[in-house]
Amino acid sequence: MPEPIRFLLNGEPVEVAGVAPQTTLLEWLREHRRLTGTKEGCAEGDCGACTVVVAEAGGAGLDWRPVNACIRLLPSLDGKAVFTVEGLRQRDGSLHPVQQAMVECHGSQCGFCTPGFVMSLFGLYKSAPAATRAEVDDALSGNLCRCTGYRPILAAAQRMRELPAAAGWRAPGRAADGTRTIDPEEEQIAQQLGALARPGGLDYEGAGQRWIAPGDEDALAAACAAYPDATIVAGATDVGLWVTKQHRGLGTLIHTGAARDLARIERTEAGLAIGAAASLADAFAALDNDFPELHEAWERFASAPIRASGTLGGNVANGSPIGDSMPALIALRAEVVLRRGDAKRTLPLEDFYLAYRKTALARGEFVARIVVPPRGEQLLLRAWKVSKRYDQDISAAFACFALQLAGGRVASARIGCGGVAPIPARARRTEAALQGQPWSAATAERAAQALAAEFTPIDDMRASAAYRGRVLGNLMRRLWLEGGDGRAVTRVHDAAVSEAPR
Amino acid sequence: MNDTGAALPIAATGVAHESAELHVSGRAAYTDDLPEPLGTLHVALGLSPVAHGRLRGVDLDAVCAAPGVVDVIVAADVPGVNDVGPIQHDDPILADGVVHFAGQPVFAVAATSVGAARRAARLARYDIEPLPAILTIEEALAAGSYVLPPVHVSRGDAARAIAAAPHRLSGEIASGGQDHFYLEGQVALAVPADDGGMHVHCSTQHPGEVQHMVAHALGLPSHAVVVECRRMGGGFGGKETQMSLFACVAAIFARRTGRAAKLRLDRDDDMVATGKRHAFVHRFDVGFDDDGRILGLDLTLASRCGFSADLSGPINDRAVFHADNAYWLPDVAIHSYRCRTNTVSDTAFRGFGGPQGMFAIEAVMDEVARALSRDPLDVRTVNLYGTTERNVTPFGMAVEDNIAPPLMAELARTSRYRERRAEIAAWNRESPVIRRGIALTPVKFGISFTATHYNQAGALVHVYSDGTVMLNHGGTEMGQGLFTKVRQVVARELGLPLAAIRVSASDTSKVPNASPTAASSGSDLNGMAARDACRKLRGRLAEFAARKFDCAPETVEFRDGVVHAGAHALPFAELARSAYFSRVPLSATGFYATPKIHYDRRTLSGRPFFYYAYGAAVSEVAVDTLTGEHRLLAVDILHDVGDSLNPAIDRGQIEGGFLQGWGWLAMEELCWNGRGELTTHAPSTYKIPTSRDWPDRVRIDFWPEPNREETIYRSKAVGEPPFMLALSAFHALRDAVASVADYRLAPRLDAPATDERILAAVAELRVRALR
Repeated sequence: MPEPIRFLLNGEPVEVAGVAPQTTLLEWLREHRRLTGTKEGCAEGDCGACTVVVAEAGGAGLDWRPVNACIRLLPSLDGKAVFTVEGLRQRDGSLHPVQQAMVECHGSQCGFCTPGFVMSLFGLYKSAPAATRAEVDDALSGNLCRCTGYRPILAAAQRMRELPAAAGWRAPGRAADGTRTIDPEEEQIAQQLGALARPGGLDYEGAGQRWIAPGDEDALAAACAAYPDATIVAGATDVGLWVTKQHRGLGTLIHTGAARDLARIERTEAGLAIGAAASLADAFAALDNDFPELHEAWERFASAPIRASGTLGGNVANGSPIGDSMPALIALRAEVVLRRGDAKRTLPLEDFYLAYRKTALARGEFVARIVVPPRGEQLLLRAWKVSKRYDQDISAAFACFALQLAGGRVASARIGCGGVAPIPARARRTEAALQGQPWSAATAERAAQALAAEFTPIDDMRASAAYRGRVLGNLMRRLWLEGGDGRAVTRVHDAAVSEAPR
Repeated sequence: MNDTGAALPIAATGVAHESAELHVSGRAAYTDDLPEPLGTLHVALGLSPVAHGRLRGVDLDAVCAAPGVVDVIVAADVPGVNDVGPIQHDDPILADGVVHFAGQPVFAVAATSVGAARRAARLARYDIEPLPAILTIEEALAAGSYVLPPVHVSRGDAARAIAAAPHRLSGEIASGGQDHFYLEGQVALAVPADDGGMHVHCSTQHPGEVQHMVAHALGLPSHAVVVECRRMGGGFGGKETQMSLFACVAAIFARRTGRAAKLRLDRDDDMVATGKRHAFVHRFDVGFDDDGRILGLDLTLASRCGFSADLSGPINDRAVFHADNAYWLPDVAIHSYRCRTNTVSDTAFRGFGGPQGMFAIEAVMDEVARALSRDPLDVRTVNLYGTTERNVTPFGMAVEDNIAPPLMAELARTSRYRERRAEIAAWNRESPVIRRGIALTPVKFGISFTATHYNQAGALVHVYSDGTVMLNHGGTEMGQGLFTKVRQVVARELGLPLAAIRVSASDTSKVPNASPTAASSGSDLNGMAARDACRKLRGRLAEFAARKFDCAPETVEFRDGVVHAGAHALPFAELARSAYFSRVPLSATGFYATPKIHYDRRTLSGRPFFYYAYGAAVSEVAVDTLTGEHRLLAVDILHDVGDSLNPAIDRGQIEGGFLQGWGWLAMEELCWNGRGELTTHAPSTYKIPTSRDWPDRVRIDFWPEPNREETIYRSKAVGEPPFMLALSAFHALRDAVASVADYRLAPRLDAPATDERILAAVAELRVRALR
């Protein structure tokens, strides 16, 4: 008798059996539970109308994160607490401060995107005592509104702090000074989740489809070896679309999310070792610590809810030529640890990609971790994404420059590029043009010309090949302007632009 | 009686949207949220994979055999008329004989679940003999391919005036289409009635038209079909005509199977199979004097209409009507080409051609200014309409309410436009990579449907014997706040608190033959109709109270839920109750027809508009000359809403319209490949603004003057006009690009001004500057 999926829905325990594991959380909420407050706007995690908040046991209390219900597969919620807009009203029936603020600020017009905004704001309410405009934008990066122009929603994000705080699990997660506050009710939910925890993982079957979520890396290795044709799924931020957009039956699914040891991020002698199941959000936070120059690239990576569900291992293993983590990781000399059964091997990340959507993974093998070596002295590091929109877009071009400078020369150069080749790729000719040269305007210009011609990208709806080449060259020029002796303002988002006299 | 309602501020206050609390708590029900009748079927469409071809057949064996499939229909299965064309009859529900665009519905399948229907729809095998496809405006112009004949409007002798002018220039600029991207996609639920009728719940701006289309498709009289819509998750024009096809398909299945049938498009099908804003190519030949005053203008507006007419006639008419924007064009010739292409049939979208017409003339202003090395604001200002002379539009309507000159002057002052322009120019000289730009542009937008017969509305108001009120009118709620505003009108007329008035779903069985909620007209029309109904009720109640309390009816006052009659004051509920017992009718219909308007559809002359709504905006942007990346930094808006019915809602329309306009002009790019397939059919590839795109510095003020025409409490329509304020941001981008050639040359920059187009414009301008 297979185990049911068990989780908390708006604080109440639920058990689910008989439902196909590739059922999305959104479909289950709307069609099985008739909780229709959560909406489908796009079914691909791009509009945020389906945003819910998922909490899981963290270090203290719960870890609250926004999630796109439309592409989140139901069994991946096992052992977690799901909160939807219907659960947000307070015990006395009054609106939650987030909801009340949205009403007071006229934050809804047609109202269809509103539950998603409310839940993203609730996630923010739980995670920070106050938020700057940029932090609010980041929290809302996965939510589209077509009516309001966002101004009243931004106002609500401030107003919600001025209203009397909610109580219980709905209470703000941090005190005014930023310290974590944990309401007893939240503690109780954490305990309930503790009771739901399954150290051995989940082996679920529904409607003839199997979901294997091993409890640790060794068990995962065994499952992958035993079912080499199964689809490995982590946060389902891409796999979810195979269900909702391609209407594919996925067969047996092996889920990495229950293997907690695979989500660990550790500092080792070899560098930062990021377990493949670590969320993008956690991985980027760790990388931010060592490589703060990359923060903007991570901020522009998909959206807050996608970064909460998606994993770094998934982005790397999926091998999309427009994945944004790989060019940066390649520039940072990252290595990827692959595992098949008990056998492990390590590859430089750039050697992991063989051809369009083809990686070095063998049958039954999986990405176990990504290791980023420590940074050297005098590293000039930048990563830039160019896309039609700042938030939640796919790169027309992405470039990460890692120049090791020494004595006014480029001791070594690594440039990782995305969006310009069938695979994430190093710009080796450009690197060669920099290697050993004095770090000067002339060198940078030669490198810019080399980089503009290095790849033969394609024309598509995101950009023309000509633009991609030209802009890569210009990003090299920008690197010189920022990292050389120039003092020019180089970014439309620089404070020097927004604070210029007017 | 209190005739102006001045003591009752309810209709002028920023009360929250009537559904705000339902929105934020997830309880507001949209069509897809309604409980489904037992056994409801789910429908998916099979879409043409070919842009143009002879449809020899479609093999549906695998579709029929797929799990869960209950029924499949093709064109021949339409029991009535296979057409949903709103004006011309050229819009088949399902393709018949020929497919006209990639994405055209060819068949439909009904199954027991959404997933089963969508999976089955992919199993068809099409037998289509490809025919040559016309995909672009240029190809259509070359081939003389039009959905409707070209229209020419002229005054004086443009050619002679241009030839005689001290300066002359000509050029071309393009503006792209735009997907509505309403967050709630198209959805219809058809429920068969016991007597052979049909009840359709759907997301539509025009329930009355859906009713007629469903009736025609089923071969039923109109009274057999009821269409209902409580709210839409956004419309923006995309649900003015586009719902008809989907409602008809759902209703056909409901008729055939006797089961309820629901068709909810997924986002990709919605974007591929529904019309968008018309893309335009604008060509101009202009003669002007040393001050930039336009002496003669020859303007060609060619639009991509797609394969059928839909609303392209009135949309292109409105483009012609707004090709003057706020400017006097003495000798002028405007040529409008409505190009037929093998693409989805384009449709209404906020502004309805007005934005494209204004786009053209604002580009001309910019070109003229650069050619003279003048501040574009000066050129715009000298060309503004006068108030008593130089005030007749190219189509012969006198602009009687022109407030553009003082409005623009006031905005230039409050925004410090001149100082900022100087500061920006100085800043740019020190900034080799990032360039800032600024522009001030006006909006003058004509209010009324150009289809004169649409300028009517009905309302139905019931007073129950407990004093509560049920309000219904022919308008629809798509988020714009119409229901909130009309409810405020009723509260003001009857002297009641808002809580006493319940708004109800748009329903063709309550108000018949209602016009679409479009053309910004919702509050103007339905507010007046509701007022009419309320005044009838109030008149009857006043007479009743006067008889009862022995006073003159005109002295009876309705205030704050209390009725004052002579020395008596009694709660409204008490009066309603005693009126009921005295057999006073407590239900009334209201009606309104816009006065003064008339226009000749063949010559495009007359007075198509009751009045104009005005506004102006100053936008400031930054542009990266290495990547073309850009950012909107600051916006100052001064907009004319007359005496606002609800300042919070009006402000919301201004803000939302502005950012949507910025999306159209600077971000949102629709791409088709060489086979005529839309490649941007989901939010992963089609990028509308996010919260980060809202600028840091925004100031919005209302122009402090009531509507000079007698509209509902002297308010002005606000739905569409603010959209065009974003032209200021587009011209700020052009200004930033122009800085690389020291403002002496006009950039070649089309809309949307994507990063790529901006970078190309910078490069081209630098080359041209060297010549």
